[in-house]
Amino acid sequence: MDSDVFLQLTVSGLSNGMVYALVAVGFVVIFKASDVINFAQGEFLLFGAYLAFAFIAQFGLPWSLGVLATLLTAAMIGLIVERLVLRPLIGEPVISMIMVTIGLSSLLRAVVNGIWGVRPKAFPNFIPSGEVEFLGAIVGFDRLLVIAIAAILLTVLTLFFRYTRDGIAMRAIADDQQAALSMGISIKRVLAVAWAMAAITAAVAGIMLANTVGVSHDIIFIGLRVFPVVILGGLDSVPGAIVGGGVIGLLESYTAGYTTSGLELIVPYIVLILVLMVRPYGLFGKEIIERV
Amino acid sequence: MLSLNNVEVIYNDVILVLKGLSLKVEQGQIAALLGTNGAGKSTTLKAISGLLHPEDGEVTDGNVEFEGVQIDKLPAEDIVRRGIFQVMEGRRVFEHLTPQENLLAGAYTARDKGGTDEALERVYGYFPRLEERGNSMAGFLSGGEQQMLAIGRALMARPKLMLLDEPSLGLAPLLVQEIFEIIQRINREEGTTILLVEQNATRALEIAHYGYIMEGGRVVLEGTPAELQDNADVKEFYLGLTQVGQRKSYRDVKHYRRRKRWLS
Ligand SMILES: Nc1ncnc2c1ncn2[C@@H]1O[C@H](COP(=O)(O)OP(=O)(O)OP(=O)(O)O)[C@@H](O)[C@H]1O
Ligand SMILES: [Mg+2]
Repeated sequence: MDSDVFLQLTVSGLSNGMVYALVAVGFVVIFKASDVINFAQGEFLLFGAYLAFAFIAQFGLPWSLGVLATLLTAAMIGLIVERLVLRPLIGEPVISMIMVTIGLSSLLRAVVNGIWGVRPKAFPNFIPSGEVEFLGAIVGFDRLLVIAIAAILLTVLTLFFRYTRDGIAMRAIADDQQAALSMGISIKRVLAVAWAMAAITAAVAGIMLANTVGVSHDIIFIGLRVFPVVILGGLDSVPGAIVGGGVIGLLESYTAGYTTSGLELIVPYIVLILVLMVRPYGLFGKEIIERV
Repeated sequence: MLSLNNVEVIYNDVILVLKGLSLKVEQGQIAALLGTNGAGKSTTLKAISGLLHPEDGEVTDGNVEFEGVQIDKLPAEDIVRRGIFQVMEGRRVFEHLTPQENLLAGAYTARDKGGTDEALERVYGYFPRLEERGNSMAGFLSGGEQQMLAIGRALMARPKLMLLDEPSLGLAPLLVQEIFEIIQRINREEGTTILLVEQNATRALEIAHYGYIMEGGRVVLEGTPAELQDNADVKEFYLGLTQVGQRKSYRDVKHYRRRKRWLS
């Protein structure tokens, strides 16, 4: 158990964690904008991986174009879902929206099955998968790249929420929808942006997974990690999704590396419950402001 | 500039709240709309600003005209773009945003960035306290500061017509004085036309050019402030009422909280 092993575990844990964080951020964006719990977020991830497979392996696009096409298609799917499925439900009880997203998740899964079948696909690794020396330890280059790309994307998102017109509008809607409406903020536009963003971030994560773990339905199980991540970080917090993703990824990695196998599936949940006992809104969840 | 002609408003297809209400607001003036709890004042403002739609309310008869265009069928965002901005009852600041982010949200419909910086300067000119509060969340501002923020958000959009719903609600007398002075300044210095809904009739009539008194969903009396102040009924029922104004406004605050819970 030297520092090499520790560093390797850290890198692989963080790279998984950042993938979780990307998926979770999409979930958080939708929840912030509309209080909808999107149970189809994991399927967006799956779709992203298969779209990348289709564009790069099946259609033979160069990887840069393939990635671009994947992201554009994902954004389209996000917009279509919002327009056709969720917009008609604006103003309906939140529970009906949730039921709809559950239905949507089965539908997306069925579409993936229908188009690509259920067997795992061989995916050409377009990210060089060699090993590099990093702080004295040997780690996978693709892992480092995943961390770097995710870090950049997550930073951009954080800045988006803090400084841009649409980002501030989204947070305003999350606070008080009617007041937001009273200043001319377009709820429709903001919801559309939210769904497109959720689909895109999930697709980026999907492309990375296609590279590191391959293209198969197992990706769904990685998608399910979004729930402990957002509950840990706080359903409505972007920084929370990032930290939550990192923490869960690292916990899994360390427990897998340092203990007998299998424990890594349980430990994150134990930590989750402990955290919730102290902070019921999650680590970064929005506190209710009670002025007296 | 603005006219409501025999407007009828129904909530949830059954609750008739405005029963043929008519009023006019002239360009550059402050018009006061007075009335007791439940008279339909807020509903009148929402009928103008389009905020009825998300509450399942509808203008079922009559119409609302702004600068010669019928606006009662338009969505709220279009109405804001046309230059009408409603400052809602109960302040409704975005609690988890900073004061400055609240103001930027108010400028959502204003397109150019330079204009936004200038508008921020202007708002801080009227309300220096908002600038001092820096990065603390707006939810932690005092009630008076929140009301200033709510009016500041409206200023950010540079509206032609500002609808103010009970800006003095729940504020200490000194602050009420300050807020009313600023409303008057905004009217004079920015040339903004204002429709002011108030329970505090005495104060409202001090700064208004024209006043309407409504009851049960209709305008029952209108006139210049002097005419209204002279009217025996007004003296008894409205100006006299301000004596118990404190107790009343306390109840209003609770009433508002309850309503908000139902909505959310
Ligand atoms: N969303 C709604 N659905 C059903 N009824 C409503 C709704 N909003 C208001 N009402 C009813 O319409 C009537 C007028 O309400 P409104 O809020 O316009 O009165 P107001 O004059 O602003 O009163 P206050 O001084 O208390 O603010 C009340 O009887 C109220 O119960
Ligand atoms: Mg009212």
